[in-house]
Amino acid sequence: MADYTVLTPVNILTGFLGSGKTTLLQRLLTSPQLADVVVLVNELGEIGLDHHLLQNVAESTLLLENGCVCCAIRGDLQQALRDLLSKRMRGDISNFRRVVIETSGLADPVPIAYTLLREPVICHHYRLSTILTTVDAVNGMAQLETFAEASKQAAVADRLILTKTDLVDADSVNTLAAHLRRLNPSALLLGSAELDADSGRLLIDDIYDAAGKPREIARWLAADDQGGRDPALEVLAHNHTHDIHSFSLTFEQPLDWSAFGIWSTMLLHRHGGDVLRIKALLNVAGVSTPVLVNGVQHLVHPPSHLDAWPNGDRRSRLVFIVRGLSRAQIERSLAAFTALVNPQPTVTA
Amino acid sequence: MCSLCGMLGGQVHWTDRKRPATEAHAQWRERQVRVRLVNTVLQHYGLTLAEWSGTSYVLSSRTGRTAIVDNLSELWGHAERLCGRRCDPLDEQLLVSLEHTSR
Repeated sequence: MADYTVLTPVNILTGFLGSGKTTLLQRLLTSPQLADVVVLVNELGEIGLDHHLLQNVAESTLLLENGCVCCAIRGDLQQALRDLLSKRMRGDISNFRRVVIETSGLADPVPIAYTLLREPVICHHYRLSTILTTVDAVNGMAQLETFAEASKQAAVADRLILTKTDLVDADSVNTLAAHLRRLNPSALLLGSAELDADSGRLLIDDIYDAAGKPREIARWLAADDQGGRDPALEVLAHNHTHDIHSFSLTFEQPLDWSAFGIWSTMLLHRHGGDVLRIKALLNVAGVSTPVLVNGVQHLVHPPSHLDAWPNGDRRSRLVFIVRGLSRAQIERSLAAFTALVNPQPTVTA
Repeated sequence: MCSLCGMLGGQVHWTDRKRPATEAHAQWRERQVRVRLVNTVLQHYGLTLAEWSGTSYVLSSRTGRTAIVDNLSELWGHAERLCGRRCDPLDEQLLVSLEHTSR
């Protein structure tokens, strides 16, 4: 397999119907850092209006057909990504360095991630970068409570962008922001009004980008410090309608990699549909530097390795966003597996 | 593909990426450790796993049924088919068994 860091990164831009995905993308693509981006648009309906809107921004816009990515388009997405490779190799299109897939408003972004990580040709040329989710400040709270699709889109995000914040009062924005922060504490949360000329970084920074990796790790750690370990916040983190909640576990002692791999593959096999996100900064026994593990439902990205510890804290930290699974269940289970190698690993809140 | 056994060279599974670049002998040693450890879990289901040629594993039941698996992610689906039970790391009986083993 090719070095993961040299593969063409692919961002997924998702968000519920009317939440401002295309408007956000138009703004982001004005960044000079994103001059060589191809945009794939997945649209419901016969007229791909967003496709036409995007044409003026990114020249290489390709409209996917057949509606929703999650259930029917995977083959088309596969074909579209393969076609892009062929055209790039033949020189029919400019040498793009990044792809952004804008999903339909009801799409589940996970099958797209699956296509990128598991399709035999695509996984040797592309890699999954960050998932951006737009949340409408006017209707977002109601959508999160009512539609499972909206909650899932927010739960699997690396970036949560609040849109239309100028149309509601500050209290409503703060309430929605607090709800999102509890639902997905490891995502970067910001309002679309905060975007500036450097906002292309929202797409570029990830744990496989050499320049962006330190910034991304700083975000992970900041999110963990802000909310992940606060039991009071964990209680509040429930999205009662869909039973989605987040929590973090911290291990004082180095984790055994084999035990962790056995446990997590077994967990994701049986409960992957309900483990919406795992982000982990691990102190692995026998490895002097931290290992980053990033999972979305059944999928786990290839682990990323840091050159050094970002600060003096060498504890392993794992953030989970789950649906219908309790922290106590997961904590006890992981402890039982790691204890097969190391009898008394210390878990702290 | 191996011309003798016809095995396809698969993708590197994420659990084989403990270090940025692992030397062959270290990777072999880690596979042995992994097999020993996973067998502690599989004994709960009456199954055993053996390393095969450095690229795959052979999963066996007590009745002699076998399956070839490439990695840990593939293992659990095959294990469920061979033992006829759900392999659930949150299962109370499994956890009690593992906790007893590690005492």
